[in-house]
Amino acid sequence: MFTPHTEQEVKEMLQAIGVKQIEDLFQDIPAQYRFPKLNIPEGLSEMETVQQLQEMSEANESTNELICFLGAGAYHHYTPAAVDALIRRGEFLTAYTPYQPEISQGTLQAIFEYQSLIAALTGMEVCNASHYDGATALAEAGVMAYHHFRGKRCKFVVSPCVHPQYRQTLRTYMSGYDCMYVLGDQPENVAEKPESLAAFIDDETAMVAVQYPDFFGRVYDYSALEKIVHERGALFVVVVNPLSLGLLKPPGEFGADVVVGEGQSLGLPLSFGGPYLGIFATRQEYVRKIAGRLVGETVDRDGRKGYVLTLTAREQHIRREKATSNICTNQGLMALASAIYLSLLGKHGLRQVAELCYHKAHYAAKKIGQIPGYALAFSEPFFHEFVVRCPQSVSEINDHLLEHGILGGYDLGADYPMLKDHVLFAVTEMNTREQIDALCAALEEVSHHD
Amino acid sequence: MTEPTVFEMSSPGRCGFKFPAPDVPAAPLPQGFVRQSLNLPELSEVDVIRHFTHLSQLNYSIDGGFYPLGSCTMKYNPKVNEETARLPGFAHAHPLQPIETVQGCLALMFELQEWLKEIGGFAGVSLQPSAGAQGELTGVLIIRAYHRSRGDTRRNKMLLPDSAHGTNPATTAMAGFEVIPLPTDARGNVDLQVLLSHCDDTLAGLMLTNPNTLGLFDENLLEVVEAVHKAGGLVYGDGANLNALVGVARPGDLGIDVMHYNLHKTFSTPHGGGGPGSGPVGVAEHLVDFLPGPLVKIVEEATEEMPPLYGLVMPPYTIGRVKSFYGQFGVLVRAYTYINMLGPDGLRKVAEYAVLNANYLLSKLKGKYSLPYDRVCMHEFVLEGKWDDCPEIHALDIAKRLMDYGFHPPTNYFPLIVHEALMIEPTETESKQTLDAFADALLKIAEEARANPQVLKDAPHSTPVRRLDEVKAARDLVLCCWTPGQ
Repeated sequence: MFTPHTEQEVKEMLQAIGVKQIEDLFQDIPAQYRFPKLNIPEGLSEMETVQQLQEMSEANESTNELICFLGAGAYHHYTPAAVDALIRRGEFLTAYTPYQPEISQGTLQAIFEYQSLIAALTGMEVCNASHYDGATALAEAGVMAYHHFRGKRCKFVVSPCVHPQYRQTLRTYMSGYDCMYVLGDQPENVAEKPESLAAFIDDETAMVAVQYPDFFGRVYDYSALEKIVHERGALFVVVVNPLSLGLLKPPGEFGADVVVGEGQSLGLPLSFGGPYLGIFATRQEYVRKIAGRLVGETVDRDGRKGYVLTLTAREQHIRREKATSNICTNQGLMALASAIYLSLLGKHGLRQVAELCYHKAHYAAKKIGQIPGYALAFSEPFFHEFVVRCPQSVSEINDHLLEHGILGGYDLGADYPMLKDHVLFAVTEMNTREQIDALCAALEEVSHHD
Repeated sequence: MTEPTVFEMSSPGRCGFKFPAPDVPAAPLPQGFVRQSLNLPELSEVDVIRHFTHLSQLNYSIDGGFYPLGSCTMKYNPKVNEETARLPGFAHAHPLQPIETVQGCLALMFELQEWLKEIGGFAGVSLQPSAGAQGELTGVLIIRAYHRSRGDTRRNKMLLPDSAHGTNPATTAMAGFEVIPLPTDARGNVDLQVLLSHCDDTLAGLMLTNPNTLGLFDENLLEVVEAVHKAGGLVYGDGANLNALVGVARPGDLGIDVMHYNLHKTFSTPHGGGGPGSGPVGVAEHLVDFLPGPLVKIVEEATEEMPPLYGLVMPPYTIGRVKSFYGQFGVLVRAYTYINMLGPDGLRKVAEYAVLNANYLLSKLKGKYSLPYDRVCMHEFVLEGKWDDCPEIHALDIAKRLMDYGFHPPTNYFPLIVHEALMIEPTETESKQTLDAFADALLKIAEEARANPQVLKDAPHSTPVRRLDEVKAARDLVLCCWTPGQ
């Protein structure tokens, strides 16, 4: 279908090579294993394929039909039409990694602008060209911290209020390093102040990681913790939701050494969990220790401004087993999408969307807190997510909400046993007041059923 | 003319997007947490569209022309993939929805797992890994977990041919193994004698790219695999070069224990200027319990009235999760679409024509460019970009000159075992006419190298910018068009 040769052309090519048939080119493969019959369905036309995938996609009830109050690391936001129109351009979509800068200035400048936009947003000095997602960006912060201390500091202190899947991913990445371990994230400590992590921090601590806003949506002042972390010489790593930084003080202003986060909220579709965008920003002093690609500005032979991949001596294709990481392919197109999103919204638009999320979430929290049987679990300031204690199991409540066409919040009981019957709601600019009122009405019905 | 950056274009007060007015009362903002300044650009939608359109026009792409980048499998990316990945039911599915509401996503993932198992000859597949390098890390961590589960903690050596991609040694180090390089023999195979000398009870395994980065299928593959297995080690297959084998041979049948697939290479999902990729991992029976999860399984069998219920299951001895959620789902949809359209015959044709195209191109260039390993190649081949009679010309000069002829250069200076390497992978989607034109350009450049070497040294001449000063970029280190605090 996507192979252009005619029979005549194949014949001519075989002749030029000097073999009789295509099969002759595969003589090095042991004969008994050559040309197996694959048991997969026969190929379909484009029309049939589209029809079939359309049907499969319609077997879902997505946030396209359901009213969504589910977040927990992936958020339902609006993506301006311009974002997709631009990233679909074949010149961006079907280019490889910009290893040949003379014919890749578009990708290179776009990454350079992405680096700049994220640096501005997080209040950091340097940002790399992306990781796979927020979870792997945190894991790579761990790898960097390991190398920074040359393996001499063996502890990663991580708040239990960092996304559970991020902590799991960090542990997987660390399983190759015998000496390293992750501690401090006992799930029963979620109500403790961030400073309580101090009990775990000592001279063997390589990094301390917190989330901002945390997994439960709460916004903490981390300045006391930051002091403790730096007194012990460890790296202070902050996991962010970048969209919240349209409103909130950036971690660069409270002493973060590394800011990582999930960039999905910046114009990427939910797409059932990926492809997303791993953000990684840091301070200039660590730039030679970070993983991933970096684009730098330079000039060409005629003195014209241009861009190239730089500090490549950190990377696997040059440094091999001494590289800072094995990462090669990253999330280039997703980084481009978020750069377009941030450019379109700009300083005013990002503040607006962050405030819309904030006000709507607070309206929802206040209303839900007034329903008999429900209560807000925490009293700290929050951004656009909050935890509610429910009068019965979250799965029963979510089943009921689904009957009303509402996608309920995240059931916290599995990750945090003491938060059994607690749900994490997310509210974004997509939720209208009517939708929030409908959620409250449906929740009220559940409590009345008791 | 240089395109200004979005910061340089900014005009105070402009905004490119309008949100609806708030429909709820404003809540007091959190005291002490509100940021005072946000230095993002201020642009209109037209500004943004034109800017990024201009940037895109500075790129070379598959849609624009031939991209014979060795080891990268830059084949044409069917446009229908972009449509299916954007079907609203897929694009707007939240990863944490109740499984009953996302059966379409799970069914697609389940079938893709099954297809990849069948194509690779494996007993289990996890779709979780995000890209090739993460698939490698996953595979090597699985090898580690397997040995440890048997109390076999002494195995700390990982053998790597010297032709391996840089990701292999980097991955090996991240997984806590010692890297033992293996030399390549005169025919381009793994040096079997050296391999045998390392086969003892400290051997964890071998990471093997086959066909290797010279584009050659290892003639002793079965002996190599047997030697590693006999010593108690496992064989990791780097699936980067699966385009040569898809439908033609199954790595699992050849004795490979674990392998990653590059969906963004073999299965035609676009590379996006650097990603996203997707690197599912397939394993033989003895490793299925160690796969990263969750995997998609049937949790309730189909009945006469009802389809099966798909759910998410963590394998019992899993190495853990390697990312959040389940994989690069949008990329999975594209690969599923592609396999669905090709079927078994179409997939076989992929490998056949990829290998045909490489050998045809090789036949046209052999003699004018030196070929260090003269054998029938698979999907790619490596030439030397240098001649004794014009020593000032390097592979880099040839690569840059190709741009003036309208082609993307091949991979150069890799694999490391070939001096001045030019690694050429045409892929199956290129026509004979394109291959002929490319060969003509390379032959012309070989003449120019003698007649007018300066034109190569000064190349490229016709690109948006000319050769860039990489030393300056690393020395002056300007990584940001906006400096915090200014």
